[in-house]
Amino acid sequence: MLDLLQNLGRRGLGVFERLGRASLLLVQILSGLHTLLPRPRLVIQQVFSVGVLSLVIIVVSGTFVGMVLGLQGYNTLVDFGAEESLGVVVALSLVRELGPVVTALLFAGRAGSALTAEIGLMKATEQLSALEMMAVDPVRRVLAPRFIAGFISMPLLAAIFSAVGVLGGYFVGVGLLGVDEGAYWSQMQDKVDLYDDVYNGVIKSLAFGWVATWIAVFEGHDAVPTSEGVSRATTRTVVYTSLAVLGLDFVLTALMFGD
Amino acid sequence: MQQQDNDEPLVTIRDLTFRRDGRVIFDGVDLDIRRGRVTAIMGPSGTGKTTLLRLVGGQLRPERGSIRFEGEEITRAGRGRLYELRKRMGMLFQNGALLTDMNVYDNVAFPLREHTDLPEAMIRDLVLMKLEAVGLRGARRLMPSQLSGGMARRVALARAIALDPDMILYDEPFTGQDPISMGVLVRLIRTLNESLGLTSVLVSHDIAEAASISDYIYLLAGGRVVAQGTADELYESDSQWAQQFLKGLPDGPVPFHYPAPDYAGDLLAGGEGREAAA
Repeated sequence: MLDLLQNLGRRGLGVFERLGRASLLLVQILSGLHTLLPRPRLVIQQVFSVGVLSLVIIVVSGTFVGMVLGLQGYNTLVDFGAEESLGVVVALSLVRELGPVVTALLFAGRAGSALTAEIGLMKATEQLSALEMMAVDPVRRVLAPRFIAGFISMPLLAAIFSAVGVLGGYFVGVGLLGVDEGAYWSQMQDKVDLYDDVYNGVIKSLAFGWVATWIAVFEGHDAVPTSEGVSRATTRTVVYTSLAVLGLDFVLTALMFGD
Repeated sequence: MQQQDNDEPLVTIRDLTFRRDGRVIFDGVDLDIRRGRVTAIMGPSGTGKTTLLRLVGGQLRPERGSIRFEGEEITRAGRGRLYELRKRMGMLFQNGALLTDMNVYDNVAFPLREHTDLPEAMIRDLVLMKLEAVGLRGARRLMPSQLSGGMARRVALARAIALDPDMILYDEPFTGQDPISMGVLVRLIRTLNESLGLTSVLVSHDIAEAASISDYIYLLAGGRVVAQGTADELYESDSQWAQQFLKGLPDGPVPFHYPAPDYAGDLLAGGEGREAAA
């Protein structure tokens, strides 16, 4: 019994200690951001590797999610004779929820895990130490550009996800199931609000981008520098990011659409 | 006895005490790194030789004691000052620690691009000169993954001397090298030290190689300096530590057995096997 309590206490303390280290790292990253201003190339390179290289998985997933939404939405709406509203259903589901959330989950699997593994291996192969000994701060040179790149890429990827999703829904609804094309677009235009829906979706994906890259970069930097340690860190990145994104999504949704 | 040198040592370490995870790594170590010399720090594995280099580089802070680089206290230097001091030290890591996402040329150019505003044409000249010094000018387009272990270390050496440091710290430069690349590295360390007017600190347990190029040797064991002197002095010395280490004897001051309870009692106690099987 006492052992159990002791273990619980130790684990609890461990969680807070890691949270503290992660926060300190974030402060270090943010305080070093100004050094990136004269060197945009460092960020652009990372936007390429975390953003552009994630495009394929985002576009393919977005298309299928949109197609499924079109099919399921149609089947429900047609019972009420409301299939004209399919465009609204597809667009709102994507812009408010699925776009930011699914993109963040895919991002964790595709880019977050890669970031953690890369940074963790740089640590394991003493590259981070070597940078320090060359009087180059690894937090500013390696971590900060990756953090900013993830933060920039996430809303862009979410926007692309939503856009191709709407097209996927259009393909199934209008192309295959015979919904009126004019109704699909015009109802969407009418009912999707720029502030309430689009901006809130963008805010969500900015928040997810922040959290996802923060976790990925921290886990890599904090990894035990062995192959086992890096593998554990990579797993933790995907698990923690997924949980954090889903939890945060509920909080943000409640704040945005709660009343 | 000690080589005559009236100059102040480049690095002086006094009463250095360092503990990690409750284990004492250093317990009052005193040593001097003299200018223009190759100083070897030798000792059995696990005596914290690499830790010592990290302490000198300011990557770790000791519990007690002082480390002075040109009279300046490293253990109390602020972050900014430490980074300034590190520009005057090069460090060669055990496996080179080259940045794997750039080629040989960019790796050597890296410190120059980070710390100077030199035009690219001049950086090119400097990089080619450093690569020529280690014999790898022709390999400048290769990626680190295409290099052999010895080549990677030579590239790392070129990178370490890119900013023309005062001192180079070598962390186990000979480990895992074939005889040819070992010979190359041995010669390089000595010739670079002479031609660039460097001060070299060499952490190693390859006795013959390290002894052949070192002006002075410190032997560490159990967190202390147990013997010191030139290679000849150490071979002649009556220190049991020096004799065991230099001759590679399996037992001596460094015991063959890891501390363990009584053998017979341990055999009769049983337990672990059954636990593991359960």
